[in-house]
Amino acid sequence: MSWSSFVPYLLVMALVTYLIRMLPLTLFRRPIRSRFIRSFLYYVPYAVLTAMTIPDILYATGYTSGGDTKPLWCALFGLITACFFAWKDKGLLTVAVAACCGVAAAQAFFLLIG
Amino acid sequence: MKKADFVKGLKHGVPIGLGYLSVSFAFGIQAVASGLTPLMAVLVSMTNVTSAGQLAGITLMSQLAPLSEVALTQLTINLRYALMSLSLSQKMGSEMNALRRMIFSFCNTDEIFAVASSQPGKLGHHYLYGLMVAPYIGWSLGTLLGAVAGTLLPLFVRTALGIAIYGMFLAIVIPPSRKASNVRLVVIISAVLSIALRYLPVLKSISSGYAIILCALTASAIGAWLHPAGEEGAQ
Repeated sequence: MSWSSFVPYLLVMALVTYLIRMLPLTLFRRPIRSRFIRSFLYYVPYAVLTAMTIPDILYATGYTSGGDTKPLWCALFGLITACFFAWKDKGLLTVAVAACCGVAAAQAFFLLIG
Repeated sequence: MKKADFVKGLKHGVPIGLGYLSVSFAFGIQAVASGLTPLMAVLVSMTNVTSAGQLAGITLMSQLAPLSEVALTQLTINLRYALMSLSLSQKMGSEMNALRRMIFSFCNTDEIFAVASSQPGKLGHHYLYGLMVAPYIGWSLGTLLGAVAGTLLPLFVRTALGIAIYGMFLAIVIPPSRKASNVRLVVIISAVLSIALRYLPVLKSISSGYAIILCALTASAIGAWLHPAGEEGAQ
């Protein structure tokens, strides 16, 4: 990709992303009184991260609809491994590494059985 | 006290930074695969500091999509940050003036938000600046390593790394879901909606960015309606 086409993309992405983060935090200074809105905002990150993970995680190891299902099983095993460690209250890094190891183990299994 | 706050933030940021290292490594590999140079990939990471938005961004770049579409996609995928920033605005201490808020905003990622909002009491700038350091370095450095050395890794390893970011998301979502039934409810609603929007006819024509927003707004609204205790209920 040439720099002349890259730079406008970079600027647009960076500017939009920054403004979305900055404006609400900087302009909104008053405490929110509404119990509904306060709890709504409390739930948002959990809802967002769940929607980003499910079902996308199943496609994270190269599975495409209608394609070879081995990557799907690898991802599923990675998901189960991650859930197990997250359930045990392990940290971000431990769970991320465990998920990768789960996928690696499933891949190794498929290599072994051919 | 000030230095202690900064160091405390720094320490809290280290696991995020290490997590980012592996996730952005995967991003670096993908960026180079879609036609960016390693320097371009690092610049994207250093100016955006967001996983999902960057991933969508490089895909659109490689298709030479119009700038308006790139802007709209970033707006949709990253709109959750507006909600997170709004949520975090309620936890800012009195010394968090406009400039300090503007500096911190640059690095308000999902994970930094999650850690910052789980802190008891009000947040000050020393802690927040400390919290930003390791994730920012991890995110930029991982991208560089992935872009430069990623293709040297065997496919086996690259495939395994692809799931890292989702592992991190699960580590944020699952522990509070286990402990608090109100968070669990929101998470289940969001997951069911997300699956419905992906696979059901008509609904699946909604683009992924809008689907995330729709899931987040609906699940959080139902949660707030049924369990308005929110934060208090989860602690």
